[in-house]
Amino acid sequence: MRPPGKGRMRPFQKIKCGPSASLPRMARHTPLHDRHLAAGAKLVEFAGWEMPVQYAGVREEHLAVREDCGIFDVSHMGQIETAGPDALELLQLLTTNDVAAIPVGGAQYGLLCREDGGVLDDLFTYRLADERYLTVTNAANHLRDLRRFRAHAEDLHVVVADRIEDYAMLALQGPRARAVAQELAEGPLPARMGVATLRLAGAGALVCGTGYTGEDGVELLLAPAEAPRVWDALLAGGAVPAGLAARDTLRLEACFHLYGNDLMVERGPIEAGLGWCCKEDTGFIGSGAVRAVRDAGPVEKLIAFAVDGPGIARQGNPVLGGGVVTSGTLSPCLGVGIGLAYVPADRSVVGMRMQIDVRGRTRPAVVHAKPFVAKHG
Amino acid sequence: MADPTYPEELLYHAEHDWARLEGEHATLGVTWYAQDALGEVVFFEPPAIGTALTQGEPYAEVESVKAVSDVVAPLSGEIVEVNETLGEDPAAINEDPYGAGWLVKVRLRNPAESEELMDAEAYTATLV
Repeated sequence: MRPPGKGRMRPFQKIKCGPSASLPRMARHTPLHDRHLAAGAKLVEFAGWEMPVQYAGVREEHLAVREDCGIFDVSHMGQIETAGPDALELLQLLTTNDVAAIPVGGAQYGLLCREDGGVLDDLFTYRLADERYLTVTNAANHLRDLRRFRAHAEDLHVVVADRIEDYAMLALQGPRARAVAQELAEGPLPARMGVATLRLAGAGALVCGTGYTGEDGVELLLAPAEAPRVWDALLAGGAVPAGLAARDTLRLEACFHLYGNDLMVERGPIEAGLGWCCKEDTGFIGSGAVRAVRDAGPVEKLIAFAVDGPGIARQGNPVLGGGVVTSGTLSPCLGVGIGLAYVPADRSVVGMRMQIDVRGRTRPAVVHAKPFVAKHG
Repeated sequence: MADPTYPEELLYHAEHDWARLEGEHATLGVTWYAQDALGEVVFFEPPAIGTALTQGEPYAEVESVKAVSDVVAPLSGEIVEVNETLGEDPAAINEDPYGAGWLVKVRLRNPAESEELMDAEAYTATLV
């Protein structure tokens, strides 16, 4: 007997598909909406946006990124520009990493935290010029992040601008991604963790040596009007459209965090394994709390696990003896259930065994080294 | 399976499950609509032989990469056989939902329940 009220969808609740699909008018479209429909994408509402969850199939898209070149429309993500003499000061206050370490043309991962150390978002910040930075936010947190930036900018010599409407964003990922992009670019692509302004397929683009799949590649920020043409050119160059479902299986194999699953306001960076991007000496909001946890050691830690045998653990599945799964899927590369879970710190060593309650069925699992899958390219 | 099909000889339950009546027994599965909505099936673990099914109640789960969905029993009965090949090849549920993708066979507890199911025409009418 399975317990009632699990909060799952009614059986086979239809995911929207095809040109006849129409969502409530509240969900926004990216500039590539028509391209997704034409490519036969299954669309789903995500953070107020209608997004492609898959095209040809999750496994096929996942493997295309691991072995070749995939392309993702991530235009739903937000952008905040911070400019002026006090831009550095504002970003140092808000983000956990040492923003002073970013050279012009560089990129950096960091977190936004509450005073108590709780994580509000994970971000990438690009230094476009001496006193001009662009921060990419998660779609679901963009407005909250923007309010926070503005609130703390009030007494500073800085301009905070919401740039979400100004940029479409594409991610080109896989061992062949750089080759595909370079073919269309008028100038050398930036190195990993770099950012450069280039013309690509005739469009001006901010090209970033970053990604969320564990493979090599670039992310492109472009004017929305240019996005369809650039998308077409990249597809003609061999990029395979990939959706949000593949994006999730890829990032999970790479053990990258997903805000809303592995990162949340109730937990801090140290337990999430992100102490490396926290520099408490920069005095960011929450640094006191983060330092305290770092010194004392976290009570729980986010570990990677692989299921030993059949079964797929999912977000919310309890770990017997303490802990909870925050992300889980079937790994297309490994063919077993994988995931991330918070467990007591003394149960977090690679090789330790655990039991996960998957909807009433106990599945054995083993703490796994990160990442599950190494870079192919 | 590219195009929707709903074989005439089967009976259908509103929650996207089919039954093939075979005297005192029935073979059960999920419809084309179900597998299309779910996407590629990556995991199906059949319930044990002997498990009792109740019409309208979930008896198993089908999993895609992103979602888990209940499979609802179109008829009440006791499982006498399960499709073991789905362990190795769960995608058969997508490719051949009415053939190689069958899920379980049951001995019917109350064959009259089949009168509550829909034929192909009535079921497809609910899908619009």
